[in-house]
Amino acid sequence: MTAALMDYDEVLERFDPVLGLEVHVELSTATKMFCGCANVFGTPPNTQVCPTCLGLPGALPVLNGVAVESAMRIGLALNCSIAPWCRFARKNYFYPDMPKNFQTSQYDEPIAVNGSLAVELSDGSVFTVAIERAHMEEDTGKSLHVGGADGRIHGASHSLLDYNRAGVPLIEVVTKPIEGAGARAPEIARAYVTALRDLLRALGVSDVRMDQGSMRCDANVSLMPRGSSTFGTRTETKNVNSLRSVERAVRYEMCRQGAVLASGGRIVQETRHFDEAGGTTSAGRRKETSEDYRYFPEPDLVPIAPSDAWVQRLRATLPELPWQRRARAKTEWGLSDLELRDLVNAGALDLIAATVDAGAPAAEARSWWVSYLSQQTNSRGVELADLPITPAQVARVIALVAEGALTNNLARQVVDGVLAKEGEPDEVVAAHGLAVVSDDAALTAAVEQALAAAPDIADKIRGGKLAAAGAIVGAVMKATGGQANAQRVRELVLALVSA
Amino acid sequence: MPTISRAEVAHLARLARLAVTEEELDLFASQLEVILTSVARVGEVAAADIPPTSHAVGLTDVFRADVTRPGLTQQQALSGAYATEDGRFRVPRILDES
Repeated sequence: MTAALMDYDEVLERFDPVLGLEVHVELSTATKMFCGCANVFGTPPNTQVCPTCLGLPGALPVLNGVAVESAMRIGLALNCSIAPWCRFARKNYFYPDMPKNFQTSQYDEPIAVNGSLAVELSDGSVFTVAIERAHMEEDTGKSLHVGGADGRIHGASHSLLDYNRAGVPLIEVVTKPIEGAGARAPEIARAYVTALRDLLRALGVSDVRMDQGSMRCDANVSLMPRGSSTFGTRTETKNVNSLRSVERAVRYEMCRQGAVLASGGRIVQETRHFDEAGGTTSAGRRKETSEDYRYFPEPDLVPIAPSDAWVQRLRATLPELPWQRRARAKTEWGLSDLELRDLVNAGALDLIAATVDAGAPAAEARSWWVSYLSQQTNSRGVELADLPITPAQVARVIALVAEGALTNNLARQVVDGVLAKEGEPDEVVAAHGLAVVSDDAALTAAVEQALAAAPDIADKIRGGKLAAAGAIVGAVMKATGGQANAQRVRELVLALVSA
Repeated sequence: MPTISRAEVAHLARLARLAVTEEELDLFASQLEVILTSVARVGEVAAADIPPTSHAVGLTDVFRADVTRPGLTQQQALSGAYATEDGRFRVPRILDES
């Protein structure tokens, strides 16, 4: 069933949107939040489990200290205050994704509160999103619904549970209501999630892969009549698994709610499911009320009471944050506002900076990411950061070109090999024999052959037309599959002709 | 004195996915009321200057190093399961009931 949609411009004429974004981030700790099971994605089902995360009787949780520090660092980077004292609570519910029958989560005592994140929009303006809280919790197990269409829960005959993910440390970052966004609401939602992703990546606390679920966004959307200051009823759209989907989901909900309200209907407070393929949302379960979760303080864990000294020590560990990096890149690389914005919008800035940090000159680093690698994202339909190549690997390729070990053409083949997951750049070079041939014996033979095949060109060069040497160089490059050192070939051509 | 209605018992039973008969609603409502009344007596001795506690010991900041420890094998993990399939716990279909 397709919902009626109001034209976007009409929505904006009649309503003001209010957004609330909840982003869940899995921490990349070595172990889970409350037990020593490994926190690794993609292993066989139920192989990273123990009595604690399976909720077996008598098993007790012990909090992962690194996860707590990551939570505090995230809070500090978001300009939050760190709570001097806080606890975990039990969120009780009966659903097989949590075998304990409760999720251990922070409730009314989050570790970080009242922050902000400045978000840059595509026109260069900055919108500041107020952060309500960042709190710690644990991820749930993964359900596989069998027997229905497309693995959806509706119509499934039964479900299968894998608890490898149950207990993985999770940080939930919640915004305050975002008002005054108007027509830019969908863009702000996307820009906020992007900025948060970049921040978390800079902190090194998560691999922030939306495609693998290590970063997930729930988008709360409501409309209020223009001029009103009373929020409308909101819906919460889940399963928004890419930056583009965040934008689409918000826009879709605005248009759907506009149509419902205009026809005299009421918005039902509910969880909605985002359909990636159609770009639409559909009704999910009615939310249980907060009371139904019967939260109470977790008696198996002691409170957390971060001292000022601890907080200050963690503050000192904060790396250069994305907006600081942007300011530095602009001055150090001599970029115009527009150039900087293009790099930021392409998601290339941090990657270039990391490539520079790995030893590459800024100009080469920029060139690789904005041209060749950007082309690869287009053909693959992924974000730049999701390409299976790291800044360090790009820096290595650049270094090999600088050493003369690779030509630009060979370098692209090496990058292709890395993207095809064939290994590190040096391994790809070795496996495919892609190194530049500078060996005079081999090159001389190739040059002699090329000269013999084109005696007229050889004569031209002898007659002083040095530009004609290019044709011979080209022939040698072709004969060697692009692996010859072009400069050396040119020297050999001139030497042999005049000999 | 705390009171608990049949409707509240029915609501709790639904949240806990328990099937409760009409007779049991009355039985549990009266039993739960006795329990709540007994527990409520704690409040009579807890003066306003006594903060609620969630833990019997006065410790804070007890952490574990982020080091992996051996857990269960898949076979061990599934050994107590009612039903399994493809290395996973198999459960009846989930949402249709509500």
